[in-house]
Amino acid sequence: MSVPVGHYQYDQIDRDFLDARIAEFSEQVARRIDGTLTEDEFKPLRLMNGLYLQLHAYMLRIAIPYGTIDSKQMRMFAYIARRYDRDYGHFTTRQNIQFNWIKLEETPDILRDLARVDMHAIQTSGNCIRNVTSDEFAGAAADELVDPRIHAEILRQWSTLHPEFTFLPRKFKIAISGSPNDRVAARFHDIGILARPGDDGRTVFRIFVGGGLGRTPIIGQEIFDAVPEERLLATLEAIVRVYNAHGRRDNIYKARIKILVQALGIDAYREAVEAELAQMDLEHYRLTPDMVDAIQARFAVPTLSAPGNPAQELANKRRENPEFDLWVRSNTHPHRDAGHIIAVVSLKPAGGIPGDATSAQMDRLADLADEYSFGELRITHLQNIVLGHVRQDRLYDLWTSLKEVDLASANIGLIGDIVACPGLDYCALANARSIPIAQKLGARFGDASLQAEIGALRINISGCINACGHHHAGHIGLLGVDKRGEEFFQITLGGRAENGASIGTILGPALPEDDTVDAIARLVDRYLGMREKGETFLDTLDRLGDAPFKEAAYETV
Amino acid sequence: MRLFELGERIAKVHESLVTLPELAENTDVRAVLLDIADDPAALKPYLNRLELVVLRFPIFRDGRVFTQARELREYLRFSGEIRAEGHVLPDQAAFLKRCGVDSVVLPDGSDPALWERQLSRFPVAYQRSVLPSRPVGAGLRVEEGT
Repeated sequence: MSVPVGHYQYDQIDRDFLDARIAEFSEQVARRIDGTLTEDEFKPLRLMNGLYLQLHAYMLRIAIPYGTIDSKQMRMFAYIARRYDRDYGHFTTRQNIQFNWIKLEETPDILRDLARVDMHAIQTSGNCIRNVTSDEFAGAAADELVDPRIHAEILRQWSTLHPEFTFLPRKFKIAISGSPNDRVAARFHDIGILARPGDDGRTVFRIFVGGGLGRTPIIGQEIFDAVPEERLLATLEAIVRVYNAHGRRDNIYKARIKILVQALGIDAYREAVEAELAQMDLEHYRLTPDMVDAIQARFAVPTLSAPGNPAQELANKRRENPEFDLWVRSNTHPHRDAGHIIAVVSLKPAGGIPGDATSAQMDRLADLADEYSFGELRITHLQNIVLGHVRQDRLYDLWTSLKEVDLASANIGLIGDIVACPGLDYCALANARSIPIAQKLGARFGDASLQAEIGALRINISGCINACGHHHAGHIGLLGVDKRGEEFFQITLGGRAENGASIGTILGPALPEDDTVDAIARLVDRYLGMREKGETFLDTLDRLGDAPFKEAAYETV
Repeated sequence: MRLFELGERIAKVHESLVTLPELAENTDVRAVLLDIADDPAALKPYLNRLELVVLRFPIFRDGRVFTQARELREYLRFSGEIRAEGHVLPDQAAFLKRCGVDSVVLPDGSDPALWERQLSRFPVAYQRSVLPSRPVGAGLRVEEGT
């Protein structure tokens, strides 16, 4: 079997492990059905295997380690959507996919189907170390220092059925990036890791701890600036051990590591971690160069060859076709190889449901990945799909094919690229539906030229204070609240997850759904009227403060 | 009380079991029951005479027991028996063993066969634990046991 580009290649030992995990879960389902396990006992066990009970049905969340899959795996998602669900799946902000209409008794079959393509649902939920996320442009971006997926895979393996950290106080999310431009929201994770090359040729890691969104949004703080590669696992063991021993277990809303880091202070937390390290047998936990190199050897690297003058051909096509040019402007990113380019396929069609894809679209994306990008696809934390290694002279053909299946929206990073949680349409916790307002906003700003004119602007929508839509980190954030049984939305401005991470501030009183859409349209108009040349929405907001936007948003209310 | 042995060490029944605060006054006692909130480091002065440390799960979801066991084994080099009791599930058997726990007080109605099966379920592990191990192929994977 050929080694896939972009993700770890399983061998028989890895597959035997997965089979054993499925056998274990099948028995757990059987013990629940025969009553040996109570629902209270079964719940954490099923969550640890990605199975949620939502408002109307079970939901199965499948792990996409560091967001990278191959075309065979994507086709399996399409099959699962057709065979077990309602012909679609939903890509999530943690680079996973979830299926919303699953029958409990069919889950072992789904897991067996997934295992045929080396996939699973291990630790996509529950109070354990969750699936590790990474940069969607890893191994391709021109601005990258280190491909973070090798270490992301190491962290995936290390955290898989970790004997000590499977019953933590609360869920635990790790993200890792290898670029100076943070595309993983490192400072909004329990642990955020920035990898860079060290002087000895091995990788070193800057580590942030205690960030997160949810009810109490907190920006992660630096705990270590330069952890050498061989100390990476020991350091993570120590950080998580302190949390497991001392994190609060009396109140689930105060149980994340961010609360403990706030309570102790980052300096005391660092001292506690250093005290652990001083007692540990560091040799025992050493991540050796051999181990890293062996994992790296399981990743194929694409052979990038682009003869002729592909950049010139792309430039010609852009001149000939303004619509294509618009798409290239918003939906591509520079590749480290001059003849290649990174293409982002938007799963945010105007008026559509952000992050959803039908089985036909998944199959088509798999074909296009084979044709244009070495069979590799990445899921972004903004719920889009990346083809990482496209030859510049073939980009036009790719775009033409995407148009045929309604996947050519030119809105990446623009106002139509909305992130929304599942909301009250699916989720038992929600106060409001996130999807309809996302669809209305998407339709209102659907025109590609208008979106390009508005420029970089992120809208994030959460249906309740648990903040799964990351509204705190949206340039414009919307939070669904319940006002006397009616769905209202609170607007926040100025959040950002990239470099210079910050939490948005509340603009004013919450508004009903349609009034919220109108208010956003007015504040976007106000921005367009007030911006200086070259300013983005955030630039204008930073320069003027939120008073003019507040005035615009509430002027007719 | 039914005891289940996770490894090769034979579980031993002790007549008297005291709590951490009682340990100082009872110089002849060889077995202690740690509370979930107790720091295992507090056992340091008594380690030489202790033969058994019992860790108690108030509920199976409380994972502090795993860290307590590892601290005992790895930091304090405790070489006696570590036992888990309370609300514990067979699904946790291998985790307990890999953190250094030797035996479990089986909750009422437990099926020892389930516990046995859980111990031999996974052929490899993806991280080191307190158990002796050998690498399996290249990378992080290990096979554990003697």
